[in-house]
Amino acid sequence: MALLSKKSQQVLNDPLMNNNPITLQVLGICSALAITVKMDTAVVMTLAVIAVLSVSNTIISILRNLIPSKVRIIVQLAIIASLVILTDQILKAYMYDISKQLSVFVGLIITNCIVMGRAEAFAMQNTPGKSFWDGLGNGLGYGMILIVVSFFRELLGSGSVFGFQVIPDSFYAAGYENMGLMVLSPGAFIILGLIVWVQRIVAKIEEE
Amino acid sequence: MLEHYISLLTKAVFVENILLAYFLGMCSFLAISKKVDTSIGLGLAVTFVLTITSPANWAIHHFFLEKGALAWAGFPDVDLSFLNFIVFIAVIAAMVQLVEMILDRFSPILHYNLGIFLPLIAVNCSILGGALFLVERDYNFLESTVFGFGAGLGWFLAIISMAAIRYRLRYSNVPVKLRGLGITMLLTGLLSMAFMAFSGIDL
Repeated sequence: MALLSKKSQQVLNDPLMNNNPITLQVLGICSALAITVKMDTAVVMTLAVIAVLSVSNTIISILRNLIPSKVRIIVQLAIIASLVILTDQILKAYMYDISKQLSVFVGLIITNCIVMGRAEAFAMQNTPGKSFWDGLGNGLGYGMILIVVSFFRELLGSGSVFGFQVIPDSFYAAGYENMGLMVLSPGAFIILGLIVWVQRIVAKIEEE
Repeated sequence: MLEHYISLLTKAVFVENILLAYFLGMCSFLAISKKVDTSIGLGLAVTFVLTITSPANWAIHHFFLEKGALAWAGFPDVDLSFLNFIVFIAVIAAMVQLVEMILDRFSPILHYNLGIFLPLIAVNCSILGGALFLVERDYNFLESTVFGFGAGLGWFLAIISMAAIRYRLRYSNVPVKLRGLGITMLLTGLLSMAFMAFSGIDL
């Protein structure tokens, strides 16, 4: 990390733990849950969000003095939507199967509150360099939660990790069964609820 | 024929609840469900906007963006469906603005009550999600209107139930670190399980 100045390091590290976009800022939960049934979709989604978030943050920050404040939301949306279209087309071209599984959720990166939230809260006031690191850090913080949630859901729900079976057959023979609940939506809510709990104990944060 | 629409409506409201089964609109759901009366306001606004934007987006997709949709203008080979995202979000933002102006003119009381929520709705995932679902599922005009209304109603139902539960929660002793987001997520999980019971209904 010697490449980075102390400030950029802080901007990058902060969202990973102390100010995680999902568990503390409560942004971007919509898509975080829907695509976490399998780990590979979660990883692809993370990459897509990191790409969109860091680039949109940089572009919005470059344009921040040119955007009239009255129409800033629509300008931000236009920038973000164009980037998402680009991501969607790339995914369709190179990872067609996964893009089919992600279905509407790639498009929903546009309304993912993380992207708008960071644009509004950070990129509009900071330099392009810092905004890039902020986008990257928030993308990583988002991805971290996504990957943890999908790890538990895939392990408990399908007995596999990245599609490889990890629970041995002898377990199933002895009467072990996959938890069907984890594959369905309630599983996602409950796992995320528990993660938030653990994370707040570790980071020593209280609400109200 | 009527049965088809009733079944579509029931499915959109209960079985495939846009919030509890597809996780759309979670951000505003978590932020707003602290109070019952604001939840009702936002729920009404979402239902209203979804019912209006769904058919509008359907029409735009069907007559302008779909592959071969521009045949009437003499361009049968043009496929503009990659523009879906940006056009939908623009339509939604414009519609929200329009709805706000119309309400202000004809029903100032409703406008006053929904006022602060309307701008928030433009970035509520459930509206864009609804538009993208109706393209993916190939609904027709009437189906998309019914689906939009049903999805909005489902969202409305979910947010009031949650607000009511959180209201009761004030009197219970939740572990300190679980307060706020943690307990809300766990409760949403339970609520979502309850709604899944409807998937047994065969329509």
